Amino acid sequence: MSDLEAFREETRRWLDANAPAGVRTPLRSADEVCWGGRKGRYPDDVKRWLALMAERGWTAPTWPRAYGGGGLTKEQAKILGEEMGRSKLRPPLTGFGLEMIGPLILQVGTEEQKREHIPRIVRGEIRWCQGYSEPGAGSDLAGLQTRAVRDGDDYVLNGQKVWTSYGDKSDWMFILVRTDTTTKHAGITFLLMDMDVPGVSVQPIKLISGASPFCETFLTDVRVPRRNVVGEENGGWNIAKMLLRFERNMIADVFKEREDKSRLLTMARRYLPAGEGGRVGDPILRDRITQVEIDQACLDLTLARSRDRLKAGQPPGAETSIFKLYGTELNQRRRELMVQIAGPQGLGWEGPGYAPEELGLVRDWLRSRGNTIEGGTSEIQLNIIAKQVLGLPD
Amino acid sequence: MSLVLTEEQEILQRTARELVQSRSPVKRLRALRDDKDGDGFSRALWQEMAQLGWLGIVVPEQYGGAGMGWRDLMVVLEECGRNLVPEPITGTLVLGATAVLLGGTEAQKQAILPGVAAGERFLALAYQEPTSRYDHLRIEARAERAGAGWKLTGDKRHVLDGQVADTFVVSARTGGAPGDATGITCFLVHRDAPGVTVERQWRVDARGAATLRLDGVTVSAEAVLGGEGQGGALLERTLDRGTIALCAEMLGAMTACFEMTLDYLKTRKQFGVPIGSFQALKHRAARCFVETELARSIVMAAHEALDAGAEDAQVARLAGIAKARCTEGFLLIANEGVQMHGGIGMTDEHDVGLYLKRARTAEMQFGDAAFHRDRVARVDGY
Repeated sequence: MSDLEAFREETRRWLDANAPAGVRTPLRSADEVCWGGRKGRYPDDVKRWLALMAERGWTAPTWPRAYGGGGLTKEQAKILGEEMGRSKLRPPLTGFGLEMIGPLILQVGTEEQKREHIPRIVRGEIRWCQGYSEPGAGSDLAGLQTRAVRDGDDYVLNGQKVWTSYGDKSDWMFILVRTDTTTKHAGITFLLMDMDVPGVSVQPIKLISGASPFCETFLTDVRVPRRNVVGEENGGWNIAKMLLRFERNMIADVFKEREDKSRLLTMARRYLPAGEGGRVGDPILRDRITQVEIDQACLDLTLARSRDRLKAGQPPGAETSIFKLYGTELNQRRRELMVQIAGPQGLGWEGPGYAPEELGLVRDWLRSRGNTIEGGTSEIQLNIIAKQVLGLPD
Repeated sequence: MSLVLTEEQEILQRTARELVQSRSPVKRLRALRDDKDGDGFSRALWQEMAQLGWLGIVVPEQYGGAGMGWRDLMVVLEECGRNLVPEPITGTLVLGATAVLLGGTEAQKQAILPGVAAGERFLALAYQEPTSRYDHLRIEARAERAGAGWKLTGDKRHVLDGQVADTFVVSARTGGAPGDATGITCFLVHRDAPGVTVERQWRVDARGAATLRLDGVTVSAEAVLGGEGQGGALLERTLDRGTIALCAEMLGAMTACFEMTLDYLKTRKQFGVPIGSFQALKHRAARCFVETELARSIVMAAHEALDAGAEDAQVARLAGIAKARCTEGFLLIANEGVQMHGGIGMTDEHDVGLYLKRARTAEMQFGDAAFHRDRVARVDGY
């Protein structure tokens, strides 16, 4: 038996023996996802699963053992993923720590930062959020104004961040601040900030779709030690760009894993009249369903083509530039079509007369309007394609 | 399955691009059109294609072909599409040889396919009629028994590459009424048989097509292709392959049309700056680019499915998705191409107009986008 087969065998045995019953069922809602953190409240099985997996470093399978990671090779990590998939086990932990700031610290952080933060991310002790956008700095992110002024071994921060996802549930924030007001991009610094210190105040934001994970974060004379700079002072813009790329990939991934492949059709069968020979009776909505499914198939195939390129050892192609733009717009069309198929049943906000999933349709449709705004608006994506892929002049 | 070209396919792509660029600039199509050339293509270039093995790419080696795959054919057709190459590959290889391969007896294959691969024969598929539109079942042409053979009567239109075909694959009713799924039989009919009349059609894209009249044409029992009454299914399988191959050509054409437009955006100056610096044009160019990328993925996947021997329903589904996407993408890019070129784009002298004309004919060849979306829905059971 090869080493990898032995690893698979051993992994399967361990997972079978150790995964608690409560993590063997599919997630029913986003509320059941384990994000870790000091403020999170999770069922016992979810907590036990996190602790067991974290002990082996398998919450971050490929991260170095020295910082608490699993130390697995890519091949081993793939096997672990396959075995977890085989047993339909929930991921023990998710979040910006594992997906964004952890990889970044491992790549460019100091030894001290790695020792301080990586093990706590692996164990899910700290939940991270991202402090980028400001009321005056959205698409023009580099126009951010939150000030950080040196005072001894600390920076003193004053300003306001907005669209902080899960800011109210997070423990630490990675934040972009202005350390030089005489220049734009070259005056930005990337800091790691403990949110449990005096001067940090977080307020949730209510959206057109109702409650949201987004928050506003107000900073008043907040002290952050200088050792928490990632990279160089005034060198934060390049670090931020590195991370934005992670974020765009994450968003594209979200749309690849859409909930239920045949949901449009299931809804059409339920809400629309039946036509001849078992066809959906409304030919116009039927055609719109096919349009969405066709476009989804083409997007999925383009994602597959992109992965095949990487597998074949080729650099990422120009096709990667379309994922965020097209994936978000397609999701909007899908959500809108669901509401249209539901018809009057797709208008409920709350209360009687509507099934829970019908109320969900409305919220999801409204929420999807934000998909083409967050993480770089569609217009910014088009600018990026025009400039970086097509080489059109400024 | 992998959606990247192999090294061999990359070499084939380079060879094809060089040949097409050096021997078939787009202006050649305009000249053939203006000269009212009866063939509508160059027999010399056809011979070169045969020598390169292109005309037998998907023909097995035992019939004189190269025994390569649909993915390889895709590479060649995409390059041909880039320059709107008018040589009759669609009629002869993609439709004609495919129908013989799918439905032919061993003797029919031996008799026809080696000549196709060698560039000595021309075939065409005559399945459309004045009122059939995109439905290959809605035909009125009849075949009646005559002794041991058959007598054919009918009026076929839009026979791609029919102007040079020496042999036609003709669909006719041996039973049933127009629209019925059963009762169609395909026949091999020689151009020089008594009662056959072929007239060149001049379509907007200047590519070769013809009408075919059959006035009591008698053929032998051996002329039946694919069995009596089996023609409907044979046509469907042939047309799905034709559709997928057409999409490869459309992918090449839309990509080249987009590149031409992009080049213009970078060089044409107004108000003292390149017009490509204007955001109103940049964003639209970026949307055109998205279309080319999506089209490339589905076109590759559809050809790959043919090579992998996918079942008919899956092939039909992929053909439908590909044709719907490529049709809309190509039309968008061609319309935007003319618009972004401004006045010069409206002139006959500029190539972009030829792409617009090709986009429109390609749209309606084998069914438009709505037709194919409906097919996808039917395959998926709704």
